Amino acid sequence: MALRPLLTRRTLASASGFSSNGGITTSFRGLQTFSLPDLPYDYGALQPAISGEIMQLHHQKHHQAYITNYNKALEQLHDAMSKGDAPAVVKLQSAIKFNGGGHVNHSIFWKNLAPIQGGGGEPPKGSLGWAIDNHFGSLDALVQKMNAEGAALQGSGWVWLGVDKELKKLVVETTSNQDPLVTKGPSLVPLIGIDVWEHAYYLQYKNVRPDYLKNIWKVINWKYASELYGKECP
Amino acid sequence: MATATATTSSAVPATAFLRRQGANGGANRSLRWARNQHQRWSPRRSGAAVITAKFDLKPPPYPQDALEPHMSQNTMSFHWGKHHRAYVDNLNKQIVGTELQGKSLEDVMIRTYNKGDLLPPFNNAAQVWNHDFFWDSMKPGGGGKPSGELLKAIERDFGSFEKFSEEFRSAAATQFGSGWAWLVFNPRPSDGKELLVLKTPNAVNPLVLGYTALLTIDVWEHAYYLDYQNRRPDYISIFMEKLVSWDAVSAKLEVAKSRVA
Repeated sequence: MALRPLLTRRTLASASGFSSNGGITTSFRGLQTFSLPDLPYDYGALQPAISGEIMQLHHQKHHQAYITNYNKALEQLHDAMSKGDAPAVVKLQSAIKFNGGGHVNHSIFWKNLAPIQGGGGEPPKGSLGWAIDNHFGSLDALVQKMNAEGAALQGSGWVWLGVDKELKKLVVETTSNQDPLVTKGPSLVPLIGIDVWEHAYYLQYKNVRPDYLKNIWKVINWKYASELYGKECP
Repeated sequence: MATATATTSSAVPATAFLRRQGANGGANRSLRWARNQHQRWSPRRSGAAVITAKFDLKPPPYPQDALEPHMSQNTMSFHWGKHHRAYVDNLNKQIVGTELQGKSLEDVMIRTYNKGDLLPPFNNAAQVWNHDFFWDSMKPGGGGKPSGELLKAIERDFGSFEKFSEEFRSAAATQFGSGWAWLVFNPRPSDGKELLVLKTPNAVNPLVLGYTALLTIDVWEHAYYLDYQNRRPDYISIFMEKLVSWDAVSAKLEVAKSRVA
């Protein structure tokens, strides 16, 4: 299979006419539409943990497709709502969950990763580090637990480290397909999500999902997770 | 389909793939191959023969490179050699010593489907069955159009072959996440239509839903990612144009109809 030349530009979103800051654009109809957020690092920056080829496909093809389809579903929803077409509104819910969830989850995922030079893999300090030791025994125990649950997930989905903002407790959860973490509990806030859809690792790790899970911790951005945790549990 | 069978304790090696047997990948040949698998027995232990009934990894009815360039040997080596093999091995481990041991694969599947409240072995059991069925759904030099009774049935229930093809492709393309798309025979149609297109998530298959499967395409990403990456629609098109074994589908329809006749 031919390897396409790796782009070092983070995104081609600016070519599409939308703002390239991953933001929201308001169309002439007053409807919010979404665009592909830039990655804060080059596609090749997470190697060898995650290949540049995977990062480019994952960002430019998969995440972009969720955004395109999410925007389409929202437009159809807007139409159905303005016509008062209740069956159509209900029928669109799965497309919105799939594609909106895909956009939400992947937007978090890119921030959950960082090159080693940028702090990727550096263990959490401060309150999150303490909370992890307190709740799971050690960082290593947390990693083992997430890896086990991620490996056991059947089909496509995500494994999450989250915080219950009501109970101020850390949780490990999995979700199917593109269900966001909040579908497992309304007060759950994602800190780290690891994509275990096959597209996230197959070209590099093939069927050996456990190896992908073992290696991704080398580029996990604990700084970002700590910031999020600090906001929910000050 | 696979049944619990006495066998050697190692899975069928990749060299068991048929070599250079020519283009005819019809159903008869796969049955003949399957029977050959049942000739081996597990080794004797301490003077008494210990035969462990368990499921085999059956090879597809064609060599590993026979579907090139549409489905690469590389893909087949992982899809059959790793994924399908793992489902078989893990299923055997899961059911040993339980009441499921010794039952047929279809029996294990239906029991563990448990009317939708899935029991742990379901994923492995159904995926073993699904992949056996998937290899049989394809052949080297496949594709084109069906003929005879099958074509008549498709034209009757879908309007035309093109309309069926569009519906099947659409089901395969829109199955979100992992899953399968199927052409099935409905033994008890309420609307008079014997054939329908279904899509199912993860390991679910038409058998546990009360239908008879005729054709399937695997749309888990592992089925196409090495060859097509994110381009699932391209994979689906090539499957329809170059891989589908209409012979196998016709044979299955004949069996299905004879059961309700």
